[in-house]
Amino acid sequence: MSGKLKIHVDQDKCQGHARCNALAPELFDLDEYGNAHEHGDGHVPEGLEDKAYLAQTNCPEFAIEVIEE
Amino acid sequence: MSDSVSMMPEHPPVTDWIRDFDHTDPTWTENPFPIWEQLRAASPVVHTERFLGCYMPTTYEAVKQIAYDTEHFSSRRIIVRDVRPEITATSPPITSDPPEHKPAKQLLLPPFTPDAMKKLEPRVRAICNELIDEFIADGKCDAAARYTKHIPVRAIAHMLGIPEQDGDLFIKWIHEVLELGIKDHGTLMRAIEDMSAYFAGHINERKDKPSDDLITTLMNAKDKDGKPLSDAHVLGALRLLLIAGIDTTWSAIGSSLWHLAKTPADRERLVAEPELMPSAIEEFLRAYSPVTMAREVVKETTISGCPVRPGNMVLLSFPAANRDPTVFPDADKVVIDRKENRHAAFGLGIHRCVGSNLARMEMTVAIEEWLKRIPDFRLDPAGKVTWSEGTVRGPRALPLLFGAAG
Repeated sequence: MSGKLKIHVDQDKCQGHARCNALAPELFDLDEYGNAHEHGDGHVPEGLEDKAYLAQTNCPEFAIEVIEE
Repeated sequence: MSDSVSMMPEHPPVTDWIRDFDHTDPTWTENPFPIWEQLRAASPVVHTERFLGCYMPTTYEAVKQIAYDTEHFSSRRIIVRDVRPEITATSPPITSDPPEHKPAKQLLLPPFTPDAMKKLEPRVRAICNELIDEFIADGKCDAAARYTKHIPVRAIAHMLGIPEQDGDLFIKWIHEVLELGIKDHGTLMRAIEDMSAYFAGHINERKDKPSDDLITTLMNAKDKDGKPLSDAHVLGALRLLLIAGIDTTWSAIGSSLWHLAKTPADRERLVAEPELMPSAIEEFLRAYSPVTMAREVVKETTISGCPVRPGNMVLLSFPAANRDPTVFPDADKVVIDRKENRHAAFGLGIHRCVGSNLARMEMTVAIEEWLKRIPDFRLDPAGKVTWSEGTVRGPRALPLLFGAAG
């Protein structure tokens, strides 16, 4: 099972703790205010699945969704 | 201000923590963790008649609910104190509620992104080494007085564009606002006036001669209607950055070093496995969160089943939330490779600490540089560790001996 995950950052919940970007910079970008957005269309490249879940479980605002497609 | 107002009223010692808690009691200052456990076991929200009436949420869930609820809980007062005088000086965005909060916060965010912090990092690394150079040959030091205190002072001074050697002045004001000010209104007001006068001077200098620093950036910033900020707004933001940016990080670095001094296994592991530094820093932030915030109840509501009424303050203890065992397994253990760590050390919701990226960078660099130069150290049995009182908790005396125990 690889390449089948998608991530999404809820912009209403994100408060810019930037934990996801620190843990998985390949998957999460920060804007000029330091708020997070999923990189590109949010598809998680093969091999980075653990990082997606790690980012999710370290978000203090529960703003990250990991969707299994 | 009359002398009677400036007198420091003594608080009677606490005998019933559940009905009469006091976060300035010496027992709390020394070791608050068993108290929080006792309060959490009693109720998700407890109340004291002290401080003119104050609640404290004791669980992660109750703290989170209040942090997210800007309708019933206002940030117009953010320190639980003996007095509740009329509000004369604000510090947006920390003292702002919606809708004023967001535009005020957005002005401050860009200079504090992780990328912006990377540019400051070499200066902070140099600061740490300059400090260590001053005491390493002695084989011992009070790390709170000689090391942890000066790192955030010099870093924020560097960012703001004010002299790093004015640091002692900043530390005096912060002590007066955050510690003495809880019980002594006159001292707090004087400190705020002194800070305002100090920054007004720096603002005026930059009106003629702009400079590449955060003060100038704020002076050039435009509000949501495209108008320049008033001097009062800039002053408020500068006071906030100074008050919020110094003894908080001083405390966080100090508690981390205190833990490593008394826990050789963690210290040795961190030296051997430096890749654990990020998770260790997050764990120190969770277990020894320095900052307790406050709210004022403005509308009656219910939190975790407990009625909460206007006229009371709320002691918003993110540190206690971070010790809640229903959210953090082994909450009272420090696990430096903890994988899942949604701690609330920098707050939750719209008031997330604007300087969290700065604090993390300073903590990481301070611990890394210390461990490189002084990998072996321990608490000095001849000295005594002392802790700050009230709003921000961290070591204010941290006597350490260097080298392996003989």
